[in-house]
Amino acid sequence: MNFIDVALIPLLKIGVIVFGFAMLIGSMLTLAERKQSAYIQRRKGPNRAYLFRKDLRLNGLFHLIADGLKMLLKEDFVPHGANRKLHLLAPMLGLMPAMVIFAIVPFMDYACTGAMAAPIAGKDYCFPEELGALANAPLAELSNPLFNADLNHWFQVANIHSGLLYIFAVTGLAVYGSAIAGWASNSKFSLLGGLRASAQMISYEVSMGLSLAGILMIYGTLDVNELVREQGELLFGFLPQWGIVLQPLAFFLFLTASIAESKRAPFDMPEAESELVAGYFTEYSAMKFAVFSLGEFVTVVFIAAIVSTLFLGGWQVPWLYADGFHFTAASMPSAVAAQQLTVEAAQSALTANTNFAPDIALPYWLVVALRIGGFVTKVLLMCFLQLQFRWTVPRFRYDQIMHLGWKILLPLSIANLLITALVILLV
Amino acid sequence: MAAQTVTLERQKRGFWVQTYLPEIFKGMGVTLKHFFGAIAKPSENIVTVSYPEEQRPYPARYRGRHRLMVREDGQVRCVACMCCSTICPANCIHIEAAEHDDPSVEKYPETFVIDQLRCIVCGLCVEACPCDAIRMDTGVHCSPFIAEDTDDFNALEGELRARERAFYARDLLMEAGDHSRAVQGGRRSF
Repeated sequence: MNFIDVALIPLLKIGVIVFGFAMLIGSMLTLAERKQSAYIQRRKGPNRAYLFRKDLRLNGLFHLIADGLKMLLKEDFVPHGANRKLHLLAPMLGLMPAMVIFAIVPFMDYACTGAMAAPIAGKDYCFPEELGALANAPLAELSNPLFNADLNHWFQVANIHSGLLYIFAVTGLAVYGSAIAGWASNSKFSLLGGLRASAQMISYEVSMGLSLAGILMIYGTLDVNELVREQGELLFGFLPQWGIVLQPLAFFLFLTASIAESKRAPFDMPEAESELVAGYFTEYSAMKFAVFSLGEFVTVVFIAAIVSTLFLGGWQVPWLYADGFHFTAASMPSAVAAQQLTVEAAQSALTANTNFAPDIALPYWLVVALRIGGFVTKVLLMCFLQLQFRWTVPRFRYDQIMHLGWKILLPLSIANLLITALVILLV
Repeated sequence: MAAQTVTLERQKRGFWVQTYLPEIFKGMGVTLKHFFGAIAKPSENIVTVSYPEEQRPYPARYRGRHRLMVREDGQVRCVACMCCSTICPANCIHIEAAEHDDPSVEKYPETFVIDQLRCIVCGLCVEACPCDAIRMDTGVHCSPFIAEDTDDFNALEGELRARERAFYARDLLMEAGDHSRAVQGGRRSF
């Protein structure tokens, strides 16, 4: 463990994932939303900003820069009687949870540098170059990430074993930004917005958590990367057991609850531009305002990332494993058979038996690229769907939001939990 | 008269409508159709007219920029009777009359200025004119008056200059001038 391993590479990962991925997509979404709504309404959308030459417009891409510059140059206004410190703190608290959540989002499985990476019952096992003391250990130890974990080989900033709890913990923090902003602004609109935000976010967190409990029971782990690995197993021998396949109801419940958490239309009661001006950030201008709206868009990206990780197979590309495509479970050793084996026996069984060769063999670097590409595609698709949802569904009334949260989503997620428990018990 | 009671039947909504979900999917279908339609065939499906670059054709009787008609010899047809400036509700026509050399023409406008920024394009001047001397049938409108080529220091001056450009004087208005077939001053002009 030297300086590069401990500090530099994690910092690089943070830079690439948070700033190069989350923030980048988040800021692109500000333009994407305007463009997408325009196309839905048969308009052209923003296309006037240009750089250097009047005809160099790229269909409005430079509005990103123009908007950012405008925000930077505006007056930073703090209303009379506002609590200046909290007023400054609130936007940071609004943006922070959306960004730190990306610490546990896995973009790829543990990068294997060992002798062979091969699927056993749909899960890749990375055999080290030298088996050494491992040779007689049970195979299960290989799947234990800590065992051969070189931190830099994780395609996530932090491989936390209780990653799912971390998600809940951090989304729980998100409410502080809007509540403090509402209180610190010394404005009635802000205060009402802040109150609405806290009530709404706390209500929906309940069904958000409960809808994920089913996932937890099925896959039996809190480690987010392990959750994704589990989703690579094939159901009935051909169907990847993604979260959406096993828990379709939970998928819709979680998606609805998290869109409500992001405080965007149709759940935009805290902002409610038709009755509360801009809700909890009414009294914000310039970059503070920009940070709030950026936080909202990064939240969209983070919801997309979490939904794709937990329900859409994360970095899994269907039927793609470390050595290539396996279209049926028949070309992989079954879990029951493999559990009996030691690591050495498992490796020799995999290499010796030609039945376990992939249907289409691919080099490992291509698999890595496909998996990262697959995950980014899923995230972008979910972002697109969220924007589409926002421009399709009419807003709720405030009591309807509470009704939906407590009387519909919550009982449904409890029912989902019960049924899942029964199925697990009986099967 | 006794109060009347009107009983309105509540709209019957089936189970699936009340669950809200199928309706959301239908709505998503509609918006997705529009979205991909706009991307696939922008020329057909996007209705925006990018104004300065693209323009819709004006209708035949569109009231555009004013023009002053001319006599056969190219002189202004207007006799400075002040009808147009009198009826103008925006008070945007300024005329200074002068005596004409030709005794058969009593007066002519020495200055005839229309403030195009003030004009409300009502067309009353055209209606009021007894000589068919002013028309609004050019089919074009004034270009916008934008302060250009100024730095911050001279911003006010630049705006004033732009304001002055909106004063359309006689000769400018006569540029699109044409002969009228109407009889003027008791004799046919051609």
